[in-house]
Amino acid sequence: MLGTLKSIWNVFLHLWHRKETVQYPEEKPYLPPRWRGRIILSRDPDGGERCVACYLCAVACPVDCIALQAAEDEHGRRYPEFFRINFSRCIFCGFCEDACPTYAIQLTPDFEMAEYRRENLVYEKDDLLISGPGKYSGYNYYRVAGLSISGKSKGDAENERPPVDTRSLMP
Amino acid sequence: MNSIAGIIIPIGVLVAVLTIAAGLIWLERRLLAFWQDRFGPNRVGAYGLLQPLADAIKLMFKEDWVPPFADKPVFILAPVVIVITVIMAFAVIPFAPGIVVTDLNIGLLFFLGMSSLGVYSVVLGGWSSNSKYSLLGGLRASAQMLSYEVFMSISVMGVVMMAGSFNLVEIVEAQRAGWFWAPQFLGMIIFIIAGLAETRRLPFDLPEAESELVAGFHSEYSGMKFGLFFVGEYIGITLVSAMIVTLYFGGWLGPFLPPLAWFSIKTFLFICGFILLRAALPRPRYDQLMSYGWKILLPIAMANLLITGALLLSGG
Repeated sequence: MLGTLKSIWNVFLHLWHRKETVQYPEEKPYLPPRWRGRIILSRDPDGGERCVACYLCAVACPVDCIALQAAEDEHGRRYPEFFRINFSRCIFCGFCEDACPTYAIQLTPDFEMAEYRRENLVYEKDDLLISGPGKYSGYNYYRVAGLSISGKSKGDAENERPPVDTRSLMP
Repeated sequence: MNSIAGIIIPIGVLVAVLTIAAGLIWLERRLLAFWQDRFGPNRVGAYGLLQPLADAIKLMFKEDWVPPFADKPVFILAPVVIVITVIMAFAVIPFAPGIVVTDLNIGLLFFLGMSSLGVYSVVLGGWSSNSKYSLLGGLRASAQMLSYEVFMSISVMGVVMMAGSFNLVEIVEAQRAGWFWAPQFLGMIIFIIAGLAETRRLPFDLPEAESELVAGFHSEYSGMKFGLFFVGEYIGITLVSAMIVTLYFGGWLGPFLPPLAWFSIKTFLFICGFILLRAALPRPRYDQLMSYGWKILLPIAMANLLITGALLLSGG
C-alpha cells in the first residue's frame, strides 16, 4: 500500500524532470562523424573522381541497390560511366564504404532525404558526387597505387621503388 | 425566466461536457507524456490544443467497418448506450447553486443506476462483436462492474446518512459545516477506487487490457463507433470526478471564488489525479482484482457503513 503511494508520488515528480524528447525539426540531434547516412562519392585532392569502378561496392551491397558501369578514359584511369544508388532499397549498412579500396564511396551524417515521389530516391552520379575528398583528405589512389597511367609510370608512386629490371643481372 | 433557464442549462451542460471530453483527450496525452518524460502532442495549434479536432476529423473519415460476423443492430447500438448513460448521469450533478439540469430527490440513485446501465454498452459491444477477445473483455467488464458496483453504492451510503438525503444539492448544502472527506475518509477512498473501476480506466482496464486482449470489448470497432467508446470513457472520468467532488469535497463550496469556479477546479484536480494513477499503476491480474474487491474493499465499505451509522445514532 505504502509502496503504491510512493510510486504514484515518484511518477508525479517526473513532471519536473528533463524531457527525453528531441524536438526534431527545430532541434537537430547530434550525429557522430561516423554516422551512416546519405551515401556520397568523393574526389581526390586533385579534383579527380576517386571511384575506379571496381564493382566491389555493388557486390558487397546486401540489397543490391548500387548499379554502375565501368569505363576507361584516355589516361588509362578507370571511372564509372554511370553510378546509381537506389535509396529506396539502401539499408545504410555501410558495407560499400568498407569494401571500397579507394575511399571513394562514403557515408555521411545526413538522413534528411525524404521524397514525395519514389523515383526521386534514385540518385545518379551527379547527385552523389561531391567536390571534396570527404573523410580522407590527403588520399589519392593513383598516387599511391602501382598502376601506371599517363603521366605516371610504374615506380613513380609514393613509397614505391622503381621496378626491378629482370633483364639485368646487376644486383 | 424559468423556462429559458430550463433550456439554457441542459444545452450548456451538454456542450460543456462534450467540450471537456474532447479537451481531456489532449490533457491526458499531455499529462501522461510529462509523467513519462516526453512532450506529448504539441504540434497542432498552440501547445497542441487542436489535437482533439485533428483526431476527430481523422476518426470521421476512417472506414466505418462492421464485421460480417457481428450482430449488426447490437453492434451499432452498444457505443451509443455508453455515451447516453454518462451524459444522462450529468443531469443530476449540481455545478453551482441553481445550475443543475434536474434537481432529483433521488439524484444519487439515478447516478448509480446510470453507471450500472453503462455496463450494458461494454457487455453488448463485447458480445455482438462475436470474437473471442471482445467476448472475454465483455465478460470481464460485467464481472468487474458487478463486484465494484456493490461497494460503490455501499460506500456512498455513509454520505447519504450524514446528509440525510439522496438529493445531491442537499448533500452539498450539508457539507457547509465540513466537507465529508474527513468523516467519510474510508468511504471516499473506496468510492474513488470503485469509480476508477466503473470508468474502466487503468489500473482497472481489464475489459480492454490491450496487452492480453488486443483491445478487449472494442477490438472490432473502428471509426467513430470506436471514438464514441472513448468519448464515453472521458465523460465517465469527468462524471466520477464530479461525483467525488460533490459527495466528499463540498461541491461548489469554497471561499472567494464563484461557486462554478470552485466546482471546476476541484473536478479538474481529480481528473488529473485519475490520469496520474493511470501513469503510475500497473494493471492487476483478474483474480487479484476480484479478491481485492470482495475480500478487502467490501468488508471495509461495510465497516464504514456500520461505524457511520453507530456514530450518527449515538451522537444524534
